[in-house]
Amino acid sequence: MHELAITESVVEAVTERLPGATITCVRLEIGALSGVVADSVRFCFDLVTEGTNLEGARLEITETAGRCRCRACGGEFEPDGPIPVCPCGGIEITVLSGQEFKIASVQVAA
Amino acid sequence: MCATCGCSGTAVVRLVTADHEHAGHEHAGADHEHAGHEHGSRGDERTVQLQQKVLAKNDRLAGANRDWLRQRDILAINLMSSPGAGKTTLLERTAAELAGQVSISVIEGDQAAALDATRIRAAGCQVVQVNTGVGCHLDAEMVAEALRVLDPPGGSVVVIENVGNLVCPALFDLGEQARVVLASVTEGADKPVKYPHMFRQADLVLVTKTDLLRYVDFDTERHAADVRSLRPAAELLPLSATTGAGMRDWYDWLRRRTAGHHAR
Repeated sequence: MHELAITESVVEAVTERLPGATITCVRLEIGALSGVVADSVRFCFDLVTEGTNLEGARLEITETAGRCRCRACGGEFEPDGPIPVCPCGGIEITVLSGQEFKIASVQVAA
Repeated sequence: MCATCGCSGTAVVRLVTADHEHAGHEHAGADHEHAGHEHGSRGDERTVQLQQKVLAKNDRLAGANRDWLRQRDILAINLMSSPGAGKTTLLERTAAELAGQVSISVIEGDQAAALDATRIRAAGCQVVQVNTGVGCHLDAEMVAEALRVLDPPGGSVVVIENVGNLVCPALFDLGEQARVVLASVTEGADKPVKYPHMFRQADLVLVTKTDLLRYVDFDTERHAADVRSLRPAAELLPLSATTGAGMRDWYDWLRRRTAGHHAR
């Protein structure tokens, strides 16, 4: 449900950075451990952009993998679930990447 | 203006990438280099690199809240849980029993109604109700406004009772110094696994309604293990705001955090 507010934040951030510009495409990067569900953002996007400079824009989402380091064995691994567990069995982990959620770029009509 | 990318030192568009700032530089002609950002080749369109965190604005406002609170030596706690886990009941009893020892004021977040604010006020606390409407969480801007209205005294504790929800509030920094998550035994022990983002950020997990443990199937050890797997540093305290069991440990935690906070 927070994807609605999150998608509104995307529209707000883009219109703040590019006031008055007609946006034809928005490219987002969503990390696997960011807590944001790409499909939900897609679902909300058309709804939220209606009546804004982003109306009708394409949405391209790149989902980036998570990367964790195990504090027990020191190894790095890619978690395959919401609770990262190291192949060695270690559960005390540091998240190295995959928590990002950002607007990479936008396409602007001339 | 550069015909290829449309960038300009004077235009409102400021093109910035992680490794290439693209505002105000000189363009020497058609063959100049544009390292670090791509150029849209779709007819009359151009690509503008933003590389901006979507929640950058909220994070900025949360930082301002944190500074505001620090200047006044105020400890702010973001209190989160699913609806009905016992946030308001916990605060009622806490306010009553710590009256005269710890100055507590409350920001109440709910989608609608001021029922919780009425309860907290009756318990003797200053309270501001924030109704989020369709919103499922509090954000830093709402909290900034609420803090202005609440005007909490220096050296006090502000508890921000977030909207009952284990999903959305986890993503929004409010400027708090501590995140406290309530998990009631009636919800079942599987909540940390189902809502990892919430528990991954918890400084303290209060296992509430322990007076009902004998009636429900709640695996306390499993729950604690799952919380610790997500957040090894999290403290867990079982309590019942109805019977008072475990409340002293929560008060000790609160006093410790307040003292530690003032010492900084």
